[in-house]
Amino acid sequence: MSAPMAPAADDAVIGREGLAALVDVLRARGFTVIGPTVRGGAIVLDELESAESLPYGWGVELEAGQYRLRERADGAAFANAAGPQSWKTFLHPARVRQWRAERSDGQLTFETDDTPPPRFAFLGVRPCDLRAIAIQDRVLATGRHADPVYQGRRSGAFLVSVECTEPGATCFCVSMGTGPAAGPGYDLVLTELADEGGHRFWIRSGSPEGAEVLAELPGRIADDAIREAAREGVSAAADRMGRAMPSVDLHRLMAGTLEAPRWDDVASRCLTCGNCTMVCPTCFCTTTEDVTDLTGDHAERWRLWDSCFDLDHSYLHGGPVRPSSRSRYRQWLTHKLGTWYDQFGSSGCVGCGRCIVWCPVAIDITEEAAALHDWANRPADNGAAPE
Amino acid sequence: MNDDRIPTLAVWKFASCDGCQLTLLDCEDELLGLAERVRISHFLEMSGAEGSGEGEAATLAGVGPYDLSLVEGSVTTAEDAQRIRRIRQISRRLVTIGACATAGGVQALRNFADVAQFRAAVYAHPEYIATLATSTPISAHVPVDFELRGCPIDRRQLLEVITAYLAERKPNISAHSVCFECKVRGTTCITVAHGTPCLGPVTHAGCGAICPAYDRGCYGCFGPSNSLNLESMVRQLKHDGMNDQDVMRVFRTFNAASPEYAALPTLTGQDAAAEEEAR
Repeated sequence: MSAPMAPAADDAVIGREGLAALVDVLRARGFTVIGPTVRGGAIVLDELESAESLPYGWGVELEAGQYRLRERADGAAFANAAGPQSWKTFLHPARVRQWRAERSDGQLTFETDDTPPPRFAFLGVRPCDLRAIAIQDRVLATGRHADPVYQGRRSGAFLVSVECTEPGATCFCVSMGTGPAAGPGYDLVLTELADEGGHRFWIRSGSPEGAEVLAELPGRIADDAIREAAREGVSAAADRMGRAMPSVDLHRLMAGTLEAPRWDDVASRCLTCGNCTMVCPTCFCTTTEDVTDLTGDHAERWRLWDSCFDLDHSYLHGGPVRPSSRSRYRQWLTHKLGTWYDQFGSSGCVGCGRCIVWCPVAIDITEEAAALHDWANRPADNGAAPE
Repeated sequence: MNDDRIPTLAVWKFASCDGCQLTLLDCEDELLGLAERVRISHFLEMSGAEGSGEGEAATLAGVGPYDLSLVEGSVTTAEDAQRIRRIRQISRRLVTIGACATAGGVQALRNFADVAQFRAAVYAHPEYIATLATSTPISAHVPVDFELRGCPIDRRQLLEVITAYLAERKPNISAHSVCFECKVRGTTCITVAHGTPCLGPVTHAGCGAICPAYDRGCYGCFGPSNSLNLESMVRQLKHDGMNDQDVMRVFRTFNAASPEYAALPTLTGQDAAAEEEAR
């Protein structure tokens, strides 16, 4: 590897030291770099002070309701599927103070927090998560109800995507059309190769700022051999998806199965604990809490993550609209896979598999959709009521 | 309060360990501020004197009336069953604090056993002991305005309840699962990532998810959440390595007598075992 490349190059090959330089360059440009790192038996997202904190040599073994770290001999940093958090932890934080109010001499004054948010650089955004960010952009950054908190954090964010070469057993991005190759929206994209040819990354820019950063990295010009090897790695990953969503019109499937007995079946397993919605990279629901101090002269309004699995989420005058777990699970799934299209013009699911992995009782969204599909296509029963 | 009168606060003890009352004394930074907003009229844990400290004798019954009564402990004696009625009569608002007052506490294990046998085994002179066969929550005796969970209660939640009372608003106390708090805190799920049995999915939030943050499974000291699927939780705990007896024991602690846990003997096969034995 050598000196920085000419700015004209729109793709290149970098090594581990190139990745280290990428973190350093982004930090030098004033970004708070967030990326994957090992903590508490999982690959979590946290601020990276250097690339040394990346999960080199760590893979994951995923199953419904189960996540285990596994050491890898190849030293790869990104050969691991989605972890317990998503980027919404940073773009759409779990707790935000929206305003403060002071009362003095009977006068009320309101104050919003004008501290500019950090400028984030996200390192390791998987193609499914890149799509998830685009979906949250549609929900939170555009339209009549754009959220200034999200906009402030999102508008300056620099996205370094990493294509998937090692999908997990719970991944189904291919069937959702979101991966394992990166779609648009990144500033830079990497494809990791860790084989007999060495540990290296094929890197491309997707924006003028991405090209500027790329030009500062030590690396070499890409050739067709590396491009070919990288594309092969990604295409092989597409063939190794652990799961698939039924390839049907999910919007129609959800609308046509509202009375399926399967909802009772899943309700008998669902703990309504809310884990699926909080790990979901597109779930965006919030609630507000007004807090006061003992004097009553100081009040604050906080916005907190909420979940459609929380009874209070549908509480209207007199009681919750969705008191049963059946109605809450159905609300979540039919919104995610069905009515999201009506509301935002796309699916709300990107196939990352987090809701499958982090459900304590291993409820699998693809299995539930398949069961609903089976029920919808059950053989004609000569007029008898379906079970 | 709408008038200029300073509201009065009373703190009561029933069958309990005093830990929840201590939580109020633990509000060191806020205690002076609190004392400016309320007149602490009855609080035997803090002071022996009833009233404003002008030499009145301390009594278990109090003088009253009180704007806000915080009640710790469960009802385990006939005298206490009478006393809580009087306290309700002299209290504008009555809030229970902690697992004992809200669910009967760890002493409610007697509800599933023979109290006479315990008494004979523990005391040299069991005839001196006058106690009821059950430990019951305050709500089994009088109407309760709000129940604050925990063993012990959380300091911030206690301040929130008192503050909400002063501002005449509903307390911001969520009744959903502890999982919400792990996620907000950024704790990786220890059941999914480590296989550790954890009651978090069916347990009432409020502690801030302390145990999982230290790699320890939640043991349910805040009692049942407002939406629990006990059957599915028991299945999962067994999947994570607990046997029937472990499951029974982990639920039968500080909130043993919670009605939400009533199906446990059936779910852990203990009903069947008892029937077998009876035959």
